[in-house]
Amino acid sequence: MSEAVPVKRSISPIFWLLFGAGGMLSALFGPALILITDVLGPTGTGLPADFESYDHALAFARNPLGKLVLLAVISLFFWHGAERIYLTLKDMKAGPLPVLKLATYGVAAAVTLVTFLLLLAIGF
Amino acid sequence: MSEAATLTKTVELRILRYLPASDESPSFRSFQVPYSDDMSVLQALQTIKDTLDATLSFRWSCRMAVCGSCGMMINGEPRLACNTFLRNLPPGPVTVEALKNFPIERDLVVSVGDFVKKIESIYPYIIPKEPKTVAQGTYLQTPAQLAAYESFSDCINCMLCYAACPQFGENPDFIGPGAMALLQRYNGDSRDGGQQKRLDAIAGEDGVWSCTAVGICSEVCPKHVDPANAINQNKTNSAFDFFLHYLRKDAAQ
Ligand code: SF4
Ligand code: FES
Repeated sequence: MSEAVPVKRSISPIFWLLFGAGGMLSALFGPALILITDVLGPTGTGLPADFESYDHALAFARNPLGKLVLLAVISLFFWHGAERIYLTLKDMKAGPLPVLKLATYGVAAAVTLVTFLLLLAIGF
Repeated sequence: MSEAATLTKTVELRILRYLPASDESPSFRSFQVPYSDDMSVLQALQTIKDTLDATLSFRWSCRMAVCGSCGMMINGEPRLACNTFLRNLPPGPVTVEALKNFPIERDLVVSVGDFVKKIESIYPYIIPKEPKTVAQGTYLQTPAQLAAYESFSDCINCMLCYAACPQFGENPDFIGPGAMALLQRYNGDSRDGGQQKRLDAIAGEDGVWSCTAVGICSEVCPKHVDPANAINQNKTNSAFDFFLHYLRKDAAQ
């Protein structure tokens, strides 16, 4: 039986946890974000007039807590999508696995890194 | 209605036959069976075997959805033959095939060796937290502790979930839904202390991580075991264990 040979641990838990965290965040905040930024904001319904102004957005992105929120929301949404798309492409046998990983996890990793750097670049 | 009137109706069964001694590959054969309202697919097969073709092979035992031996594809869906009644199937011929995703041994009989090995690999028995002698009495459990695992103990090893699972179809080494339900039956038991052993057994790519949360296993399960839920719980457990095992190693050094 399998007792003698310990199984090789999969590193899937890392991606699965990122996927799960992103799923939770997107379920909680995704609809509200779409509503605020795409409907209420542009039509000016129920929000202060300068709610979506550049200065406000910049101030939010310069606040350390605001940075954390932006990094989490942007990167985890991407990790969530990456996992789902990767598994779908893998099931469809859309290409060699390293290529598929690069096109999904790779994109999420790049987005995470770029978001992180940009948040630093705009200062505090 | 008189019995004679109902018995004159017949139903056609299209059965995928395979006799390894004479057939090169499986092929369909049709049989006409007298129909009655209370007839299950299993009874129809038995009628064929008794009156039309004694060479037809299929597994069965309990006739009441308890033993799990009569799983087969009925009109393309994994079902228990004893639990599927002709009257509930759409009119027209009934297609019966061996369980999908398993090698056919003969006719509707599939080979279950790999499945049994998977069941064995997850320590399908209670590993007591604290061994007790008979004199020390029984292990007590609250109703809530029982409820934590009870539904998973309803699994009858019928393998319908394996026939439905596309990931098992892609990767026959995937431990699969049924074995994961059984694992949770023991890992969720308050008397059991074998959680770590079982988590170690499923931490690989062919363990819990082959599942992509399709969920059809729980839909086809005739006993409402909800193996998808068992898998999900163990993805969480295995993910935490993934990080904890580094700490454990450090602690051991
Ligand atoms: S989980 Fe359900 S479908 Fe799967 S083997 Fe057990 S009883 Fe059958
Ligand atoms: S004969 Fe036992 S489950 Fe169908």
